[in-house]
Amino acid sequence: MEKAIKKYWPVFVLPTFAAFIIGFVWPFLQGLYLSFCKFITIDKASFNGLKNYIFALTEADFLHAFWFTALFTVVSTLCINAAALAIALALTREIKGTNLFRSVFFMPNLIGGIVLGYIWNILLNCVLTLLGKPLLSLHAPYGFIGLVILMCWQQIGYMMIIYIAGLQSIPGDYLEAARIDGANERQILWKVKLPNLMPSITICLFLSLTNGFKLFDQNLALTGGDPAHKTEMLALNIYQTFYGRSGPQWKGYGQAKAVIFCVLVIVISLCQLRATRSKEVQQ
Amino acid sequence: MKKVFALLLTLTLCVGLLSACGSKTETPASSGEGETSSAATGSVYYLNFKPEQDEAWQNLAKTYTEETGVPVTVVTAASGTYEQTLMSEIAKSTPPTLFQVNGPVGLANWKDYCYDLSDSDVYGQLTSDGFALKDGDAVAGIAYVVESYGIIANKTLLAQAGWDVADIDSFEDLKACAEDITARKAELGFAAFSSAGMDGSSDWRFKTHLANLPIYFEYQADGIGTTDAIKGTYLDNYKAIWDLYINNSTCDPAALSGKTGDDSRNEFLAGEAAFFQNGSWEYGNLVGEGKFTDDDLVMIPIYIGVGDEANQGLCTGTENYWCVNNSAKEEDIQATLDFMNWCVTSETGTKAMANDMGFVIPFKAAQESPNLFVKQDAAYTAEGKVPVSWNFPTMPSENWKNELGTALTAYAAGTGTWDGVVSAFVDGWASEYAALNG
Repeated sequence: MEKAIKKYWPVFVLPTFAAFIIGFVWPFLQGLYLSFCKFITIDKASFNGLKNYIFALTEADFLHAFWFTALFTVVSTLCINAAALAIALALTREIKGTNLFRSVFFMPNLIGGIVLGYIWNILLNCVLTLLGKPLLSLHAPYGFIGLVILMCWQQIGYMMIIYIAGLQSIPGDYLEAARIDGANERQILWKVKLPNLMPSITICLFLSLTNGFKLFDQNLALTGGDPAHKTEMLALNIYQTFYGRSGPQWKGYGQAKAVIFCVLVIVISLCQLRATRSKEVQQ
Repeated sequence: MKKVFALLLTLTLCVGLLSACGSKTETPASSGEGETSSAATGSVYYLNFKPEQDEAWQNLAKTYTEETGVPVTVVTAASGTYEQTLMSEIAKSTPPTLFQVNGPVGLANWKDYCYDLSDSDVYGQLTSDGFALKDGDAVAGIAYVVESYGIIANKTLLAQAGWDVADIDSFEDLKACAEDITARKAELGFAAFSSAGMDGSSDWRFKTHLANLPIYFEYQADGIGTTDAIKGTYLDNYKAIWDLYINNSTCDPAALSGKTGDDSRNEFLAGEAAFFQNGSWEYGNLVGEGKFTDDDLVMIPIYIGVGDEANQGLCTGTENYWCVNNSAKEEDIQATLDFMNWCVTSETGTKAMANDMGFVIPFKAAQESPNLFVKQDAAYTAEGKVPVSWNFPTMPSENWKNELGTALTAYAAGTGTWDGVVSAFVDGWASEYAALNG
């Protein structure tokens, strides 16, 4: 067996490796090159030096989009994970109908972001009209709250499933031992369940952090960046720069922003992974 | 039971993953018959902009192939995605040979890809040189359709309110009529204007088409055709007509940001409003089975209280220009030029464009279109009224229009002021032109 693997490993590795090169590494390198160019179509690109990066880093809308995205990511990550964990704890208590609840909570995740965005746009606008408040696309704070509500509604179910899986994999004897030692429910939660749940927390934080940072569909459908780019997040800002503008220089700006964006996402998720991994315990 | 549930859960998870993947894939617009291999005679690949006319173009292409044996592929980009589709299609090994731009600003993106049409037969067929889109001396694009817009009025409803469209030939008249209808709204059961929706499907009617009027009159007053610094001389008139639209409408001005183009049209179709600002392209949506007949409708000019209003015509012009891809193979370019020429000179081609597509084409061999609004435009011009030209292709960018739209929406809802609109209009124009040239 060992021998066979040693001999045939290229057969297993190469297809995926080739796909990775063709589908990721090569386009990424090409994109990196294009971020220094002016272009309309990629075969007619002309070199533009560092101008694209200077523009991207000084544009007010892009900086605003960065802070807006950062704030959104923090708020939505906290809301989603707190709620998902709470629901997961509630649904692992062997109440009647647990399975039904689990699937109902999971359902919203099955609907695509664009559709959800439009549905919530109608719902929230109706509520705001009834309250006599300005609509989503007129008032940035409402747009922000709307986005958080939408993301929570969509993501909580998904994260809940991961937490439930984590909770169920905690050996029963740990909990039993804790109870015998006289630990109350709160102590069990903080001292036994949470430390053992760290792998799930790592993955959930990673997912909701990157999802929040890369959010596009929901942003486009719910507010479209209105009013005046105030609810525009990074991905939508890049899209608008690239497609909403005429002229070859804008494609370069968009490309430079996209590279900056990519680096940001990688750095942030690596930091987060390192931070939470260190808290994981061996079972 | 547990096993079944686990299986179900796994399945839903898979569906979730699949749908998540699905939502991220860009589905290319493909309504054509697939790629056709180019014969020695060349082939044509037309990337069509207007989804309404997709079927008519497909049929016309088929007829042309039957007649001449030259394969013609027509692909229509989904509404609102033309630029993206063109950008990805043109980079392929079989790029579109015929595509379109929407005027000078659109041309800025594509001028390196435009074949010079100055020696082509189709250029010689134009009724006026004004329909050619020039880049220096080169003819980069050729307009293939002329359209008109104004305020579409429901004559039946106006008669119920005791008004006749013949009485309305100035902004004062329009205002008096609209305010009279609003005052008696409960009694009459309808409003003056259908909702001026500021959703993306409708806002172009105001941020682009309505904004054309103050720009047109300013250009007229200054004797220019384009500028990189607009003064906003007639913005008070723009405000007056916008106020009239939003305050005499079917809905509260604060709700406009969510109203769509369909909402507005449906209100007009249901007889909830007497006026509806739109263009000749709406004809097919308004007239027909269970809808209006030609006798119910009339299109009147948009009066904003400037100039010689008694002699003002509809807003007539074009923003649809055909361009030929200069990086296509030589035989394909020739085939494309032949196809264009055939469309606008042959009996079959001109008939299809007039009847099936409802176009008025600016070419010598054009046939008469059955479109009521188009006929009206001709009648107005025959009476000696002066059509208002389309100046919005000189608007600096899409971004300018969007900022103006946002400001108009905020003003209507009361969260913004008119100064915001003026600033978006005047300052935005200057800064966008600076960005365009910089």
